Amino acid sequence: MDFEDIKNGLIELIKKAETDLPKDVINALEKALKIEEGIAKTQIEAILTNIDLAKKTKRPMCQDTGIQTFFVKIGVDFPEISSLKNLINDAVKKATKEIPLRPNTVDPFTGENHKDNTGDQIPYITWEFIEGSDVFITAFPKGGGSENMSKLGMLKPGVGIEGVKNFIVEEMIKAAGNPCPPTVVGVGIGGGADLSLKLGKKALLRSVGERHKNKEIAEIEEELIKRINDSGIGPMGLGGKTTVLDVHIEKAHRHPASLPVGIAVQCWADRRAQMVIHSDGSWEVK
Amino acid sequence: MDYHLNLPASKNEINKLKMGDIIYVTGKIFTARDEAHHMMLEKGKNALPFDPSEMALFHCGPLMKKEKGKWQVVSAGPTTSSRMEIFEDKFIENFGVNIIIGKGGMGERTEKALQKFTGVYTAYTGGAGALAADKVEEVLGVYWLEELGMPEAAWIFKVKEFGPLVVAIDSHGKSIYKELRK
Repeated sequence: MDFEDIKNGLIELIKKAETDLPKDVINALEKALKIEEGIAKTQIEAILTNIDLAKKTKRPMCQDTGIQTFFVKIGVDFPEISSLKNLINDAVKKATKEIPLRPNTVDPFTGENHKDNTGDQIPYITWEFIEGSDVFITAFPKGGGSENMSKLGMLKPGVGIEGVKNFIVEEMIKAAGNPCPPTVVGVGIGGGADLSLKLGKKALLRSVGERHKNKEIAEIEEELIKRINDSGIGPMGLGGKTTVLDVHIEKAHRHPASLPVGIAVQCWADRRAQMVIHSDGSWEVK
Repeated sequence: MDYHLNLPASKNEINKLKMGDIIYVTGKIFTARDEAHHMMLEKGKNALPFDPSEMALFHCGPLMKKEKGKWQVVSAGPTTSSRMEIFEDKFIENFGVNIIIGKGGMGERTEKALQKFTGVYTAYTGGAGALAADKVEEVLGVYWLEELGMPEAAWIFKVKEFGPLVVAIDSHGKSIYKELRK
């Protein structure tokens, strides 16, 4: 297996995520442009011009190139499972110089910047095993401004789903312009504290506009979109109709005594790119 | 109203700006985030290697690259301004900064300082890093790069028609964020 070639593929994956936004996000922003006016419109216009410029000049659309985050599904019959972690790590270091990426990994105790976007636990990789021999990798560089608006609520089960909905709407109103709206909000309901936040983040991997398969949950997503947008916070918190592009919910069964709600927020730069590596080492980035 | 301002802007020009106006600035701007704010306030005006009152303050941690010995901006959108709220009133008072460029808005302490010392807080579209980089003509210098690292260092940019910047807090006590919070 040609590891150098796979590493180049991983760099291309990161570059794609950093410079080229998925079509579903662009479509949602173009839809927002049609309904906004005044200052809100100038913000969406600037965002769309920026997206276009980043794609054409192959440079990161936002200076905050994020914490390098990957969701990896490994086919159990893939022959080189043990090499994947090092390959991703090396690719991140190389991509930092080549694309380039902003050095974004700081030691919480010394304040020292690791300068290559790696460090303790970072890049942050979530592994999952699946059947087959292919490896599917989603690159999901995560910016700090939106991450800072994450929230965990350990609600009393007695508040019910109405309480959950109110919590989400209130938190997004409090976040106001800070997470670079229009945002995409991922919500994990149930599980424990950590699982709810993890599900919230995983929910962000869904395409903008894609509703939950469960009809009742899909309806709650739609209600939340409407309620948050009715707040009038608008693009960049400067007022307007579009505060969120989407709300995605995932659920897990909960302990009888707990009702955890984990909120993960993604800025309009909802950067996602996918790669598949086949068992012979060949790969594609989409 | 749209205004095109050369930096530094006069007190008169700042006074004219009203909440909701759009401005484009030409001249020198410097970047400062949490760490640079802290460091500059500790050093004091006389110990600084540049004069902040000649420039606009940009809340930004840019992505830079060095090519043939010269720094270039790759991507340079604004960072979340509310983190600088704890420093900003002193920063305005001590250094004479009268245009702040950031995103997400600032609080009451900054609002009061802008009113008292005649300044404006302007919002640049968050995440529009490639667009912003396109308006930087030249990187004039960088300070404290070794100690603070690329995002936190103070970068001095020469910019042309940098904007659109929305006047979100004016020097008359009006704030878009305050209105929306109501």
